[in-house]
Amino acid sequence: MAEEARRGRITMAPPSTKEAGGLLRRFLQWMGTRVPLHVALIGLAIIWSVPTIALLVSSFRTPQAIASSGWWNAFKPTFHFTFANYQNVLQHRGMARAFVNSLVISVPVTLLVILVAALAAYAFSWMRFPGRGGLFLLTVGMLVVPLQMTLIPVLRLYVRFTPNITMPLIGGNVFGVSSFPGIWLAHTAYGLPLAVYLLRNFFGSLPRDLIESAYLDGASDLGVFFRIILPLSVPALGALAIFQFLWVWNDLLVALTLLGNPQLYPLTVNITNLVNSFGSNYQVLTAAAFVSMVVPLFIFFALQRYFVEGLLTGAVKG
Amino acid sequence: MIGRRWWVPWLWLSPALVLLGVFLVYPSIDTLRRSFYGPSSSNFVGLSNYKFIIDNPAPLVTDTHSAILNNVMWLVLFTGLCVAVGLGIAVLASRVRYESVAKSAIFVPMAISFVAASVIWRFMYEYNPHVGTLNAFITYLGGHPTAWLQNNLSPQAWLTSRGPRTLPEPIQINNFALIAVGVWIWTGFAMVVLSAGLKGISSEMLEAARVDGANEWQIFRRIIIPVLSPTIAVVATTLVIQALKLFDLVWVMSGGAFKTDVIATLFFRESFLFGNFGVGSALAIVLLLAVVPIMVVSIRRFQFQEETR
Repeated sequence: MAEEARRGRITMAPPSTKEAGGLLRRFLQWMGTRVPLHVALIGLAIIWSVPTIALLVSSFRTPQAIASSGWWNAFKPTFHFTFANYQNVLQHRGMARAFVNSLVISVPVTLLVILVAALAAYAFSWMRFPGRGGLFLLTVGMLVVPLQMTLIPVLRLYVRFTPNITMPLIGGNVFGVSSFPGIWLAHTAYGLPLAVYLLRNFFGSLPRDLIESAYLDGASDLGVFFRIILPLSVPALGALAIFQFLWVWNDLLVALTLLGNPQLYPLTVNITNLVNSFGSNYQVLTAAAFVSMVVPLFIFFALQRYFVEGLLTGAVKG
Repeated sequence: MIGRRWWVPWLWLSPALVLLGVFLVYPSIDTLRRSFYGPSSSNFVGLSNYKFIIDNPAPLVTDTHSAILNNVMWLVLFTGLCVAVGLGIAVLASRVRYESVAKSAIFVPMAISFVAASVIWRFMYEYNPHVGTLNAFITYLGGHPTAWLQNNLSPQAWLTSRGPRTLPEPIQINNFALIAVGVWIWTGFAMVVLSAGLKGISSEMLEAARVDGANEWQIFRRIIIPVLSPTIAVVATTLVIQALKLFDLVWVMSGGAFKTDVIATLFFRESFLFGNFGVGSALAIVLLLAVVPIMVVSIRRFQFQEETR
């Protein structure tokens, strides 16, 4: 291909702009290529944004207005916007409690995944032991086990280990079914294959000399881990944390299966139930959906650089 | 560290290995076992759960054929459209000054949950043209509204003028409507990864081709596509796994009604609503079997990366 290009350069003259009519031709060329380019790109960007904007606008309209006229009518005079829908979902539809539950589930899981995966990734990248390669491949291989498949056995296991003791402060059982620790551990395990993979790759790329000289100076594993590895890995840990947090925040399936107590429902489960009982009462659904989107959208716009970098290092799972 | 004791690595690995063992390895093996047992996992039934999936004896309750076909359709259309549109946007956006704004607009849906996306799109697809944006648009153009998610009950409309019942399964308007939502969410992912790959193509190569008189289509076809093909493969693999595991979107938007079920939603209903762990587990194993080839390819790729690292 490059060879062709090189040969072509000799035979073909560069396009001339000096000849008469060059300006007109350039204008036509601009009309022919640039205008369709802008139209296509802006058109796609608008198509992609309209659904989210429609939701946002509708969530501030009155129930009567939502049911009788399209969201685009909100921009006609007699503007009438209201916070009543948000008040309603937060106070009467359990969304405030669900918001707290989502945080109670997502934050500890994010920290646990990073800690457990970093420990394992350190062993995989800087320690020698028999079966290291095979064990690592097995860990990465777990990445493609469909999550659904694990739920029945985990649920059965949890049913057997659910003590009838209520967790103080955050509610639910202390362990097993309908407990926060139960869902923390499950989510942590599901996050591990990808996290170990990413961190192992990152730790492995750190300068070997630095770490070996630290060993020679008598540093312990814990010392190297906390003083050298972790501080150098902040960007990778940040990207991983963002994705892990969003993934747990947005999860429906695991929470739906392991949490039977409505008091513990995170946002996703709560909204799914609202969809089932308020099918087309969009004053409830639009506000509820937006409540669940506030945190992800904030993270997206505030930390977009990390977000994209994380994606590029493969921080995507399903 | 020099002179490390033999058990030290295992100590560091133990939290991860215990969690993986309990939540991923053991369940995989146990699901395989349960797939050979009856509904309550107490009596051995051999392969009859798999026979159930193949024979599809109760299509009105558990239409396994339709679910598998739908998964195949998702796999092809969802993956193909996400890659094609993502690549198109990445190439177009690289030529304008507002690249980052345009890309952000496409990428936002990646951040929100399938559940929120489902609410957004239920609202878009709403039957009432005074509420649903798409039907409003269609009626504005002079068409008739269609029940986007309830194909079988819908009045005839310009989009389904051939009549949904005459279309061969699984080609149904409601499946397309669901896949469109999936594409809306995941195109941003394909775009971002492909866009980064695009940045890696040397501008000298492109300039040389332009100087030589290659038009933009030739550059796209002969340079961009071949150079990006490994990246496209990575993106497609991720999307295929997404398509196979797909659950939330269908579960919230249509509940699998009107023949929109996929394997994962069927699995969930069998296991947790009908309490038939046998058929449920067999469906999960079918899903795993579908993913195994992709797993092999991914691990091969990983090993290749390791060797060239």
